[in-house]
Amino acid sequence: MVRMLLTGNKTTAYSAMRSRVQVVSAYPITPQTTIVEHIAEFIADGLMKAEYIQVESEHSAMAAAIAASNTGARAFTATSAHGLLLMHEMLHWATGARLPVVMVNVNRALGPPWSVWADHLDSISQRDTGWMQYYVENNQEIFDTVIMAYKVSERPDIMLPSMISQDAFYLSHTVEPVDIVEQEVVDNYLPPYDPPYRLDVNNPAGFGSLVMPNHYYEFRYKIAEAMEKAKKYIKEAAEEWYEITGRDYRGLLDCYRCEDADVVLFGAGTMMSTAKEVVDWMRAEGKKVGVARIRVFRPFPGEDVRKVADGAAAIGVMDRAYGFGRGGAFFNEVNSALYNHRNRPPTKNYIIGLGGRDVKPRHIRAIFNDLLKVKDEGLDEEFRWFGLRRENMPEEEI
Amino acid sequence: MVKLTIPEIELMSPGHTGCQGCGATIAMRYALKALGEKTIVSIPACCWAVMPGVWPNNCMRVPLLYTAFETTGASISGIKAALRALGEEDVTVMGWAGDGGTADIGMQALSAAAERNEDVIYVMYDNEAYMNTGIQRSGATPLGAWTTTTPVGKTKFWERRPKKPMVDIVAAHKVPYAATLSIGYPEDFVKKMKKAKEISGFRFLHIYSPCPTGWKSPPQYTPKLAKLAVTSRAFPLYEVEEGIYRVTMKPKKTPLKEYLMLQGRFRHLTDEDMKELERDIERRWKELLLKEEMTAKLEELNE
Amino acid sequence: MIPYDKLPHTPIASVNSVVVKTGAWRTFKPVINYEKCIRCMICWKFCPDVSIRLEDGSSYPAQSERIKETIKEAPVIDYDHCKGCGICAEECPTKAIEMVPEEK
Repeated sequence: MVRMLLTGNKTTAYSAMRSRVQVVSAYPITPQTTIVEHIAEFIADGLMKAEYIQVESEHSAMAAAIAASNTGARAFTATSAHGLLLMHEMLHWATGARLPVVMVNVNRALGPPWSVWADHLDSISQRDTGWMQYYVENNQEIFDTVIMAYKVSERPDIMLPSMISQDAFYLSHTVEPVDIVEQEVVDNYLPPYDPPYRLDVNNPAGFGSLVMPNHYYEFRYKIAEAMEKAKKYIKEAAEEWYEITGRDYRGLLDCYRCEDADVVLFGAGTMMSTAKEVVDWMRAEGKKVGVARIRVFRPFPGEDVRKVADGAAAIGVMDRAYGFGRGGAFFNEVNSALYNHRNRPPTKNYIIGLGGRDVKPRHIRAIFNDLLKVKDEGLDEEFRWFGLRRENMPEEEI
Repeated sequence: MVKLTIPEIELMSPGHTGCQGCGATIAMRYALKALGEKTIVSIPACCWAVMPGVWPNNCMRVPLLYTAFETTGASISGIKAALRALGEEDVTVMGWAGDGGTADIGMQALSAAAERNEDVIYVMYDNEAYMNTGIQRSGATPLGAWTTTTPVGKTKFWERRPKKPMVDIVAAHKVPYAATLSIGYPEDFVKKMKKAKEISGFRFLHIYSPCPTGWKSPPQYTPKLAKLAVTSRAFPLYEVEEGIYRVTMKPKKTPLKEYLMLQGRFRHLTDEDMKELERDIERRWKELLLKEEMTAKLEELNE
Repeated sequence: MIPYDKLPHTPIASVNSVVVKTGAWRTFKPVINYEKCIRCMICWKFCPDVSIRLEDGSSYPAQSERIKETIKEAPVIDYDHCKGCGICAEECPTKAIEMVPEEK
């Protein structure tokens, strides 16, 4: 294993290299830019053998990746924020066409007002596109997840695309030590792409033709079925990777000290690393708190959420995005998983860190204390815009 | 043995769902005859997205990828890149988009693919409006035409702008080959298509394909209209090879009125209106001849 | 109807469209008067529905015996698929094709 000091973006480029992607079609956008630069450098230096299409937009980036994947090549792209939104139509297309395109998205806020900083609304807005969605908390996890994502996506009984989201700047531009697993080891884990169907002049067929209502419904069901099946395969792929590397991604939910916790805080991305740190501090003070990081958002780990709820007296959900009209997406999904469950502790939504506002340990501590109050006194409000600038703002929210 | 003037091979089957007398189906039939079996086609939203048939039926005997409306240029780039990665370099990749999918919504991806000189053929089959959605105006709708979004009405709201000159626009990207083709001249059509196949780099083919449904013309007149468009100079046949223009057919001029009056979409035009159209067409024809004359001098640079 | 578990992941269309009998669309049908036919195959060339086949012409008359001797094939209309657009009749240089109303 080679341990290197890498930004999230350079790690992403290495993950594409080690996955032996054959076609990269990408368009630059802050803060994803250095991903495509590093990949271009790798190709220019002969370190990576891939066709690189310098497309004129993200929409074309995804359209070209889809076409390349349908032709039988392993395709990769990366984007962020508005770029991801521009792709939206083609995200649905990749799913309907059942193609295992893998993409890294650098989570960034949406304008206006312009903001280039971390925020999850870009990828949350793609929730229903049928992409598997992973949210990572460190650079190592980017590398590992891209490789595992290909493994799952390319299964003949899955054939669905995957999106790996990493937080703008917190990961994309922050240097961390990363183990870049040797090529032979990755090759062993991830064999060459062998698609069950492709554009082939020796076996001509039309892909994506008009379907009448008598069968469209069934094709949609098959996507739903594959997405549900993917839960098992994501765990299997992680199990195999764990045996090779010792790094543990075996849960769709990454639970930290949840087992005996009175209150559990859900959320995704880098702020959950901070939350884990705070858990240790508060545990030392005798407060039974735990963290459940949503590592895989699609397919949604509803069963795991229920398991956590069985042991907790109150649940908090942090959302780094807001769905205008009705709360954060993670909160709503956690709630919907619990509604038909026998144990339904009170749940509270904390809207936090939008547009890259820093989420500090004291914020998490305040949230835990607030949750402990919910446990003892019951729910006061469903949605809390934590740290909203206002008169007489409590110290711990600043 | 019979001497056929175009290849006998058929890679488009009967049973497609094109309208009676559809020019675009004749265009596809000729294109595949010229390109042969080692061809992959990408088709965005357009009449041809529906005409191959309802799943699982398919009139195409070559691989076909359906893609979103504005993506043809990107889609064929992706197919070609994958073929290179897989070592299948001998396959011809053809994008097949309508005039709306090319001159309007697909312009950005087309321009980018042309600028990158992708090794693909891009076909714009031109029926001069959004026909699949029911005859709405596109950037390729000609001056004077009725469409459902340029109705004649009481205020003569018909199309006021000439067609977007797509061959000129693409040729300006310095691509190796751009040409106009007409289903009225099958031999010239196949010749240009075969020529395009042998050239590497970006090749743009603008195919004139009459639409009886949208033009309100009798279906049996489809080839006749295609020929009259050329002879009346409404749609001249020419090619641009490495920047050099060459008018490939200089027929004896036929009256524009004869061409216009076979189509319901021009029925509202007065003699005065038709003179306006004639002036515009003549000006464009002269412009084309000047380009031919001027760019001929580039021949020396090429040598 | 195909059960969902027998369907492919995504609609992959590979059934030749010849199974679709578009001949049912026709209101007028082309009829070739072979005695006027010079075997130029212009009708075959312009057919948008690939519905004129080149078949062994020995059993069909032609405008002259010389034509029959030099050109072995004759154009034959595939009524299963011909939509009756009338292009063949319009383009035929010897007016050998007539469009006659379909009797339904």
